[in-house]
Amino acid sequence: MKDPEKPLEAHESDNEKRAEVSRRDFLGTSVVLTAGACVAPILFNKSALASEGAVPGGPISSAVDVTLRVNGTAHALKLEPRVTLLDALREEMQLAGTKKGCDHGQCGACTVLVDGRRTLSCLTLAVMHDGDEITTIEGLAGSDELHPMQAAFIERDAFQCGYCTPGQIMSAVALLREPCGASDDDVRECMSGNICRCGAYPNIVAAVQDVRRSKTT
Amino acid sequence: MPSVGRNIPHDSARGHVTGQSKYVDDLPFARNELIVDFYWSRVAHGRIRSVDTSAAAAIPGVAALFTYKDLPGQNLFGPIIQDELLLAEREVLFIGHPIVVIAADSREAIRLARNAIVVDIEELEPIFTIDAAKKAQWHLGESRTIRRGEVAAAFQEAEEILEGQWRCGGQDHFYLESQAAVAYPGEHDALIVHSSTQNPSEVQEVIAHVLGLPINKVTVVTKRMGGAFGGKECQATHPAAIAALVALKTGRPARIVYNKDDDMQITGGRHPFQNDYRVAFTRDGLITAAAIDFFSDGGAYADLSTSVMGRAMTHADNAYFIPNMEITGTVCRTNFPPNTAFRGFGGPQGVATIENIIEEIALRLGRDPLEIRMKNCYGVDDRNVTPYGQPVTNNTLPRLFTECAERSEYYARRAEVARFNRESKTHLKGIALTAVKFGISFNTKFLNQANALVNVYLDGSVQVSTGATEMGQGVNTKIGQLVADELGVDASTVLVMITSTEKNNNTSATAASSAADLNGGAAVDAARRIRTRMTEVAAGHLAAASEGELTASTADIVFAEGQVYDRRSAGRKLKFRELVKICHLQRVSLGERGFFATRGLEWDPVAYVGTPFRYFTKGCAASEVLIDRFTGMMRVLRSDILMDIGRSINPGIDRGQITGGFIQGMGWLTNEELRYAESGMLLTHSPTTYKIPNIQDVPEVFNVDWIDNATNVVNVAASKAVGEPPLLLAISVWCAIKNALSFVSDGKLDAPATGEEILMRLANQKPETRN
Repeated sequence: MKDPEKPLEAHESDNEKRAEVSRRDFLGTSVVLTAGACVAPILFNKSALASEGAVPGGPISSAVDVTLRVNGTAHALKLEPRVTLLDALREEMQLAGTKKGCDHGQCGACTVLVDGRRTLSCLTLAVMHDGDEITTIEGLAGSDELHPMQAAFIERDAFQCGYCTPGQIMSAVALLREPCGASDDDVRECMSGNICRCGAYPNIVAAVQDVRRSKTT
Repeated sequence: MPSVGRNIPHDSARGHVTGQSKYVDDLPFARNELIVDFYWSRVAHGRIRSVDTSAAAAIPGVAALFTYKDLPGQNLFGPIIQDELLLAEREVLFIGHPIVVIAADSREAIRLARNAIVVDIEELEPIFTIDAAKKAQWHLGESRTIRRGEVAAAFQEAEEILEGQWRCGGQDHFYLESQAAVAYPGEHDALIVHSSTQNPSEVQEVIAHVLGLPINKVTVVTKRMGGAFGGKECQATHPAAIAALVALKTGRPARIVYNKDDDMQITGGRHPFQNDYRVAFTRDGLITAAAIDFFSDGGAYADLSTSVMGRAMTHADNAYFIPNMEITGTVCRTNFPPNTAFRGFGGPQGVATIENIIEEIALRLGRDPLEIRMKNCYGVDDRNVTPYGQPVTNNTLPRLFTECAERSEYYARRAEVARFNRESKTHLKGIALTAVKFGISFNTKFLNQANALVNVYLDGSVQVSTGATEMGQGVNTKIGQLVADELGVDASTVLVMITSTEKNNNTSATAASSAADLNGGAAVDAARRIRTRMTEVAAGHLAAASEGELTASTADIVFAEGQVYDRRSAGRKLKFRELVKICHLQRVSLGERGFFATRGLEWDPVAYVGTPFRYFTKGCAASEVLIDRFTGMMRVLRSDILMDIGRSINPGIDRGQITGGFIQGMGWLTNEELRYAESGMLLTHSPTTYKIPNIQDVPEVFNVDWIDNATNVVNVAASKAVGEPPLLLAISVWCAIKNALSFVSDGKLDAPATGEEILMRLANQKPETRN
């Protein structure tokens, strides 16, 4: 298991892959739209990238190879190093279940599991997760119809508009393996990073507690 | 078993928990799709000297740049008053005003293009406060007045008079899914636009208007929204129209999704209000007269502000009979983004104003505010006409007050709060029980209409399409239940379809809590017409099959449990789907369009007199708070909500609406504060600095219930609208804070009562003026 907190360099075995970008540019923008046929050459043609790199502040041109293992499937991708895991999931792998809310790591809508730990996919770069096991809402149930947490969310009406729901559920599933105390207050503390504008909070607590109680009995 | 009244899960439940529910930005990118954004004014008020896009146009990947000059249709638009320019021309009136539309192959190119656009703006003096707008007499629309009785005389004869000013701040909608639209070009200038909007018909109309197209060329589709709360009525038209412009001009699909910071900065929210009041009352606390002057901050353009003000004014009485009353409303124009609909639509500002007045009266008289409330509560048989002339019928308010006080153990806890405050050196407690009486219907009469399309297919399955849009409130689930019961089938066989202007034309916004009332009514109408035709066929078929035992009698045909039978011979049953097949073979139509128009509404939009509402949704809530005297930090210890929502169509969904609405109201009144830089730029434009309630802000004890009341026969299935009213019950939390502060100060308090505001009041400091 790799530490997602480790700096990018620590994960890079091939120095040539590394991005020559300023930190500002690195964090300032996100994924280039790769679905558009017109931009594909910019992304995938390394020689074209080299010349583009001369434009001051122009498109950054250093796509790197990365293999993301998502929901048990390996995806070999070429990504710019500053592409967030969230954008990679949504736009490179068509896994749109993970939502973009604030894109600043403050709302929790983009929560996924990386090696079982909850991670804000908007605050982490895809290239940092080469080889990690990533689980998104789409893969949570595995071969089952629903993960018990998903079933509990339905049973308890623990959502309204549904937009924060994938993130809430991913946090709730991670919580099951965390040293979270038994009380409702403890659950609230452990779920406090996921905001819900519809205010389905009491039902979310109830759903989480249902699953925890069924696991202990 | 009928579906209505049961806890059927939200129709998107499975999609929501598995990540399969699709929102606009989840649509896969088309091969040649363009990303769209716009350059918006960083100046709140200014004159545009020049716009230079040449450097931006040279950036690789930039496909198109448009200004107002490129609009094929009208730039000027607006839902009530046509005063808004989609793209700024010679003047900018708020930060966020779109000036140049950018379409590009990548977000990177968008970013570079935006930086390369040069707009030279001569800055002009901006107006940022209601006071400044009043002084400059810069208003939106006309001031209006509701007047009843002899106000001046009542003040002359008054035993007690109080006057003051009360202010409340705005609120960002903070829907988790930002504004979004994708426009697909079709043949011969037709467009299909997927929009995250509460009002597809308005988006359709605005697109046609600004693009110079007949409305029928534009189809607007809304699957669902990731929250809306009023923010995706008018404010959704701008991104959709901009994406549509790009699609029309370039012939390529065009997608616009605001990032959260931009969304918060450039779209308006709930109206801040600043209200002057004067109230006359007896020494016993009976209110004899009130004069309230409402002033709202409408922002730069009219949007829905005049209508929002109308609802504030018609809710200034709330649950209380005030025999002599004069209410004026003036929308002030400022250089902020246009404020717009937000759950409650002015009602919260109106109700909070009178609830504050009640607290002030109680403080003056040294009485329990609940006593003042109950003394002035609308009567059941008399003292039951509102200042604008509508009788409060079927009045459950006295019962709600009494039962809510009992269930919450209000009186005992009020005594305990006083004891606690005498003894504690570190903390303060406060308690309050407030009410809501929320008028249901759009104040604007013509909006109270809906149409629906119901299709029955050969296997007995059913599709329903209406103009209602799903934003999590469960309207589609409710409509499905209503149709299922009308046809006597299981709700699982009824599918409520994506909202599209292609199927339902000229629809009203999903707003005013009325979507289930109106669209449910229309869907029931359509289903009933189909059932009537099927009944004829069933009567004939069952009579023929009885071999002379029965004569055909439509009055005896029953549709239930997916079966159809003659009640005189209940043993012989047809499956619903068998009857469908028989109907089809007999060439009987199995599709229908239904229509609903709310009856009994009369409203004079100038004199402000009439019956604007079909009925009232009512409720009470008692809340208790604990305040840390050293930090100002506030926690809600307990809230007890008791409502009259008629006969609930779906108790689970209604419980969610009540709980969520209350929490959202708490946010407006306690946590959420919009702070601006001197330039007028919003500083609190992300959840980092703008605090919506989180899971730990929910009352520690939270009891939600409603009374049994099946008498609201004027509405579909005797239900009542529930979307907005509970938000106003959060005023009990604010009043509890005021109650707590009154133990150590004069009790004066504005909203939001943030920790900072509370601390300032505890220190007897006047908080800085905010807009």
